Amino acid sequence: MCTYATMNTDLDGSAKGPESRWFHVTHGTVYFDHPVHALAEHTLNIDFTDPARGPGARVAVELTAQSARDLVAAIEAALASAPAEMTG
Amino acid sequence: MSDSLCAETIRITGHNGDEVEAYVARPSGDGKRGGVVVIHHMPGYDRSTKEIARRFAELGYDVAMPNLYWRVAPGASPDDAAAAARAQGGVPDPQLVGDVAGAAAWLRSLPTSNGKVGTIGYCSGGRQAVLAGCNVDLDAAVDCYGAFVVGTPPEGFPLKVTNLVDQLPNLRAPLLGLFGNEDQHPSPEQVDELEELLKQLGKTYEFHRYDDAGHAFFSPDRPSYRVAAANDGWERIEKFFGTYLGG
Repeated sequence: MCTYATMNTDLDGSAKGPESRWFHVTHGTVYFDHPVHALAEHTLNIDFTDPARGPGARVAVELTAQSARDLVAAIEAALASAPAEMTG
Repeated sequence: MSDSLCAETIRITGHNGDEVEAYVARPSGDGKRGGVVVIHHMPGYDRSTKEIARRFAELGYDVAMPNLYWRVAPGASPDDAAAAARAQGGVPDPQLVGDVAGAAAWLRSLPTSNGKVGTIGYCSGGRQAVLAGCNVDLDAAVDCYGAFVVGTPPEGFPLKVTNLVDQLPNLRAPLLGLFGNEDQHPSPEQVDELEELLKQLGKTYEFHRYDDAGHAFFSPDRPSYRVAAANDGWERIEKFFGTYLGG
């Protein structure tokens, strides 16, 4: 099915995107729905974007549900491993 | 029947008089024929849906597929456009109705038109095909596993999609529904509910349901593809459009 559910969040960082160029990321969209490329019926999809630069300013990832959970855990672990004064 | 056809990208007039991009495919020859509006799925105005448009032209129909994301992302690649449209909340129902009406009007304006136009949609487009069938002057509609024609979307859906139960009395086109019994959106119970509503309303409909098939069984480039269901489904569609769009 198309889940229709979409989570939007502001982001502040950078991503390496089209034509191997870095760009400032201002926005993230997260949704669990049909992938474009991954061989799974549904995936956890994340778009890192800068809408001001147009639809092409996007880094997209499509992860299986388990690998998305693994990624969340890895991000949490990486943040926890750094001194608190560095991560705010 | 010749299998020669021409396909190209043009601009048509859509909702609110907006100029929108459309992919059109037309058989060779100047004989009179029906038209088909193809509604692309949520992942976009993509290669696989354009292949579907060309297949209907090969079957003898003039075909138009409006780019539902043109306003949000003109000229963008289909996946980038789909992502941008999604981030902005998706396609509002009135806009979809207007764009399908515009595509139907373009098809009827062709010198080859016999005056009859149908629509077909897959996945989110399945729901939108029913929506169009309730609001646009169409002669046939095909819903391929569209979720939320009946049933209630979960709380908190940012796209605010609603079911179409209150619009079904206005359904003016015969409806063909093709569903997988392993699908949960729509579930077999929801397909039962839709069928019961159509029966109560005295609507003309034809449903086919496939075992060993879930959602998106027509998509040849996805793991959900089921060759037996897809082949039978194409035959059902060909016969249905032949009945209501031919002559």
